[in-house]
Amino acid sequence: MRHIISILMENEAGALSRVAGLFSARGYNIESLTVAPTEDVSLSRLTLVTRGSEEIIEQIIKQLNKLVDVVRLIDLSEGAHIEREMMMIKVSAKGKSRDEYKRLTDIFRGKIIDVTPSSYTIELTGTGDKIDAFVSSIEETNIIEVVRTGISGIARGDRSLVL
Amino acid sequence: MELSGGEIVIQFLKDEGVEFVFGYPGGSVLHIYDAIYRQEHVQHILVRHEQAATHAADGYARATGKPGVVLVTSGPGATNAVTGIATAFLDSIPMVVITGQVPTPVIGSDAFQEVDAVGITRPCVKHNFLVKNIDDLAITLKKAFYLASTGRPGPVVVDIPKDMTEPKIKIAYEYPKKVEIRSYNPVIKGHPGQNRKAADLIVSAKRPMIYSGGGVVLAEASKELTEFTQKLNYPITNTLMGLGSYPATDKQNLGMLGMHGTYEANMAMHECDVLIAIGARFDDRVTGKLSEFCPTAKIVHIDIDPASISKNVKVDVPIVGDVKIVLKELLKLLVEKKKQIDQEALKKWWLQIADWRAKDCLAYDKTSDLIKPQNVIEMLSEVTKHNAYVTSDVGQHQMWAAQYYKFNKPNRWINSGGLGTMGFGLPAAMGVQLAYPKETVACVTGEGSIQMCIQELSTCLQYHLPIKIINLNNRYLGMVRQWQEFSYEGRYSMSYMEALPDFMKLAEAYGHVGMNIEKPGDIEGALQEAFALKDRLVFMNFVTDQAENVYPMIEAGKAHNDMRMSGVRELA
Repeated sequence: MRHIISILMENEAGALSRVAGLFSARGYNIESLTVAPTEDVSLSRLTLVTRGSEEIIEQIIKQLNKLVDVVRLIDLSEGAHIEREMMMIKVSAKGKSRDEYKRLTDIFRGKIIDVTPSSYTIELTGTGDKIDAFVSSIEETNIIEVVRTGISGIARGDRSLVL
Repeated sequence: MELSGGEIVIQFLKDEGVEFVFGYPGGSVLHIYDAIYRQEHVQHILVRHEQAATHAADGYARATGKPGVVLVTSGPGATNAVTGIATAFLDSIPMVVITGQVPTPVIGSDAFQEVDAVGITRPCVKHNFLVKNIDDLAITLKKAFYLASTGRPGPVVVDIPKDMTEPKIKIAYEYPKKVEIRSYNPVIKGHPGQNRKAADLIVSAKRPMIYSGGGVVLAEASKELTEFTQKLNYPITNTLMGLGSYPATDKQNLGMLGMHGTYEANMAMHECDVLIAIGARFDDRVTGKLSEFCPTAKIVHIDIDPASISKNVKVDVPIVGDVKIVLKELLKLLVEKKKQIDQEALKKWWLQIADWRAKDCLAYDKTSDLIKPQNVIEMLSEVTKHNAYVTSDVGQHQMWAAQYYKFNKPNRWINSGGLGTMGFGLPAAMGVQLAYPKETVACVTGEGSIQMCIQELSTCLQYHLPIKIINLNNRYLGMVRQWQEFSYEGRYSMSYMEALPDFMKLAEAYGHVGMNIEKPGDIEGALQEAFALKDRLVFMNFVTDQAENVYPMIEAGKAHNDMRMSGVRELA
């Protein structure tokens, strides 16, 4: 099962390596990881996507909680939640494909943020699935560069991850 | 009080009540060593290798329950300490390791004796710190002691760059009496609902079994465990780390369990219907084949670390909390509920256990002309009245010490259970002897292990540590040889120790007493003689039977009821 775990941790040097090190040392997998400070400068929020059986996920959560730098965490996938990822993709856009990629960007509600005579750079936000779908609808040979931020997320309604 | 960083380190250790610092000087810690020179409260013990500093601090911590303290320099000082840090980590031993670091302006420049000590130790510490501001020095040290000694204990590293201890920079110092860490609040009391569920399950047992581990020793809950076990009249087994937490000579004790556990302990584990795990972590050396572990049992598990619960074995009633407090809570509940125990079933269960016991699984050949290592340990236990502090190294001798020494008190059996570190025994014994100068301290070792930290014989002379070294010398890396006999058709690859030193002369060269014992008839007399030399270190070299194996044995990956028992054989 795919799980999105969101962590509030001390905004200190080394905190990120403790989380990343835990995953590599114990053989857990990380699909994506994203981290940035929060409105409280002493805290960073890290969101990671991982996969594993219920037992593995339980261990991951326990082991994360054991890290002294981890203040609080939430398994977003346990309840209703919103997940978002942002991508910037640079595509070769010449001739016929110039119009086609413009239309495709509109359909996916993306934005063209940079243009040259031969390329577009497109910004797109959405769930991981939506981004995957966009990427797969562009001809592979036309993709110049893909940058994805990794998933971040927030719980719906009253559920929240705060101190 | 205005102090320099170096002085703060030492003043803090004094204020924290630290008696000993085990260490080795070097460039990055010279300012701290200068502060050591100018005071008399904290005694520094100069080892001969940083690994030994960590093991000695670890031995001190295991014997006293107080955190052991280590001070080493940057670079090789820190890397040499890593083995000892990992050893303490796997056995959850409270320890604070202060490593020097190159000055902050040159960190990251591959400076002389620079390593990323925080990075290298990260996977084998409970937590670690790099001090980047002299104002944080005292509070960071306080956090280190707090983390090391509370919750599930463990080693904490504090890496201090040299400029943090600069003598010319003085700041106001006050001992931080308390510290809070918002993300760290270990659960101490058991959840009342879980306690009740556990008590109900415990009294419903027809074939109960108590399985207790090192957590009981760490929580100083030996008294509570003994009361709990005796009130219930249930059988108990101890893990390698739990030996001594319940008296070995008591009739309810079935001895150690696991790979080299007794027949009765392992069979009772396999057949029990309720297993009460207390401060134990279901290590693979204990469980054997996981799919056949306690196949008919419902399991209660008490542990301070939530991550230990249902890690290897799914349990039915978990209780997170300090085992001492949870046992007290359970004892209260059992006053009433105890009446529900099916005494008839319990009687039958004890009869079954008596049958298994009758196998006498620890019997060995007592007619041999060669010294049997088991015999040495049995005699050692007798001569020291089952009351010595016994440290060990790792291998066959460690298992024999665990099987044949009768540990009746906690904190007496000191060995590297989790990491299995050869070289641990002698330095650990130094830490114990320093903590308890008047107590008897024995180090059970082998000719392989002892050579991994043999240089510490010099430290022992410097500090007059009258340790008794029991070297079970079979001229083999015995445990390796045993596995090669069982699993590699007797291809003894690199397990023979050639070119051994003359240990008697070696001990004498270091200024100690050396003894060679070659005949079974001489064992007791030699031990008596050695232990009578109260103020001398005695190195006793027992030349033992080369072919002896540790039995019973559950080979890796096999179930508890699949044990290999002793039999008369000869080495191919």
